[in-house]
Amino acid sequence: MSKFPKASLLAACLLAMSAGSVHAEAASPSGPLKLGRIATEAEIAAWDHDIRPDGKGLPEGRGTVADGEVLFTDNCAACHGDFGEGVGRWPVLAGGEGTLDRERPEKTIGSYWPYLSTVYDYVNRAMPFGNARSLGPDDVYALTAYLLYLNDIVTDEDFELSRENFTDIRMPNVDNFVPDDREREKHYVADTEPCMKDCKPGPVAITMRARVLDVTPEGGNEEGPAAGNVD
Amino acid sequence: MTEKMNKPSRPQASRRAFLGGAAALGAGLAVRPALAAGDPLITEVQDWNRYLGDGVDARPYGVPSRFEADVVRRDVPWLTADSKSSVNFTPLHRLDGIITPNGLCFERHHGGIAEIAPADHRLMVHGLVERSLVFTLDDLKRFPRENRVYFLECAANSGMEWRGAQLNGCQFTHGMVHCVMYTGVRLRTLLEEAGLKTSGTWLLAEGADASAMTRSIPLDKALDDCLVAWGMNGEALRPEQGYPVRLVVPGWEGNMWVKWLRRLEVGDAPWEHREETSKYTDLLANGKARKFTWQMEVKSVITSPSPQAPIAHGRGRTVVSGLAWSGNGTIRRVDVSLDGGRNWHTARIDGPSLPKALHRFYHEFDWDGSELFLQSRAMDEKGFVQPTKDDLRAARGTNSIYHNNGIQTWYLKPDGALENVEVS
Repeated sequence: MSKFPKASLLAACLLAMSAGSVHAEAASPSGPLKLGRIATEAEIAAWDHDIRPDGKGLPEGRGTVADGEVLFTDNCAACHGDFGEGVGRWPVLAGGEGTLDRERPEKTIGSYWPYLSTVYDYVNRAMPFGNARSLGPDDVYALTAYLLYLNDIVTDEDFELSRENFTDIRMPNVDNFVPDDREREKHYVADTEPCMKDCKPGPVAITMRARVLDVTPEGGNEEGPAAGNVD
Repeated sequence: MTEKMNKPSRPQASRRAFLGGAAALGAGLAVRPALAAGDPLITEVQDWNRYLGDGVDARPYGVPSRFEADVVRRDVPWLTADSKSSVNFTPLHRLDGIITPNGLCFERHHGGIAEIAPADHRLMVHGLVERSLVFTLDDLKRFPRENRVYFLECAANSGMEWRGAQLNGCQFTHGMVHCVMYTGVRLRTLLEEAGLKTSGTWLLAEGADASAMTRSIPLDKALDDCLVAWGMNGEALRPEQGYPVRLVVPGWEGNMWVKWLRRLEVGDAPWEHREETSKYTDLLANGKARKFTWQMEVKSVITSPSPQAPIAHGRGRTVVSGLAWSGNGTIRRVDVSLDGGRNWHTARIDGPSLPKALHRFYHEFDWDGSELFLQSRAMDEKGFVQPTKDDLRAARGTNSIYHNNGIQTWYLKPDGALENVEVS
């Protein structure tokens, strides 16, 4: 490769030109295998819109609860309900505080999500469902403000969320996430050879039958219980 | 219900399978009287033995025999609000070996199937790197390639069973898993091409679909065994599996295997995005939730006999077939119980034993026609033993949704039908 440096550079230029590429100005790559090409600033800006809990990635912009309510009604309420309560099986966005240790927890932005940045990021990248990336930065700030309002995390309709005050917001459930400690569970820690013979006393008793529920497809009844939602 | 589920969708194609299946059981076991004149399938010339079949130009891309029309992915409409953000299930009960056919690999999308012309696809690597790079698919194919067999299991596989037996068939209880051979380039090689800065500790992977799926991956894993793949089982990825390019994250939950992969950003902290905060976090009984539960634990299931694959041959020699896998590596052993976990027999693992891939096991026995409670229990190379569902519930409660690797019980009844049950 280094034997004919000028020739290879020329070849790279010719290639770029022959492709009629808008990236003709892009520098040639200089990695170990010299594959790919250097990304332009504009390209990175177009795709790099992820937000982190520390606020890294937040764009300029601002929006109020009141603005958010209008946007929510127009773009979101058909699925998520006027108050984030969810229509049909669509996700519930508000409420559920204090239910996480109950029999049927309700995991919402207010009751479960640890970081506000995730709300901004996710709405911006993937909502509305079926028309993603259609909202501007001010719209997303306003919707995020409204979601805080629906969850009683802010109470003032005139509250304005912006890049400047964004990281001041603390989500109620932020401290309740713990690292993966599955390996320390009793059944793994035991670390003994599993029992092979006469492991349990008494005859086998059935404690639960799927047939009783009868919610398997092609089993006739497709109106199942709300348990086990995987979405 | 068992009979319904076994009935292929084409009645014409189904007749023989049906007669040989569960329905015949009602008429008594092993009904195959030898006719005095002999079996007409032998004594009479059959159509296929006389007339010509299709030529080589009839099937440029072959599909399974029409008699296999019921071997298909199935979904459970009530599980999700919309089919575009939903899941379907691999028909494990009709498969064997360890490789899943491409057309049967379960699907899980969050914004439907993106249809991307390979010439239009771009993969960007940026962030804490020396050079932000853009690759085309053609560029990726100029890197050194690797071929690796791995299972991909959805974190929510068996998730509907946390509270008890709910769905009748291993397709539904365990079918969010598949195993194929991937062709691609080491993720490490791509990152080295961009030149990692020493401050980089995390990687964000993003998909090009309408959900713009993102996950944070620790850089150690990214540099270890992850692949950026364009091939599965020797051909291009299927659209529903991320065509033209997907991430392969061996042993870790399927959600992280970002499809339609378009962007890799190196950073110094996790992004805590929706799929690692709201979703793919595991709620415990005390209201706390585990996060970053990446690894898939040691697990197994008997695929046949099972509720969708009843015993049709009556008593006598019976083959128990099943799958075992672990995100820790290879499977060291699988034990099978016929009496609900009272006694165990070590099964026979057959075929390749590859790390973080499905393993096939068999246990052959003579069925005396009595009711049985079939279970399988896997042990992986690190010594982790598959727990019972009650073990898991004792440790986690019933609201974790994800990572249910508990032992499955099938109740085999004297007529050969089976049910998904839980037992004491």
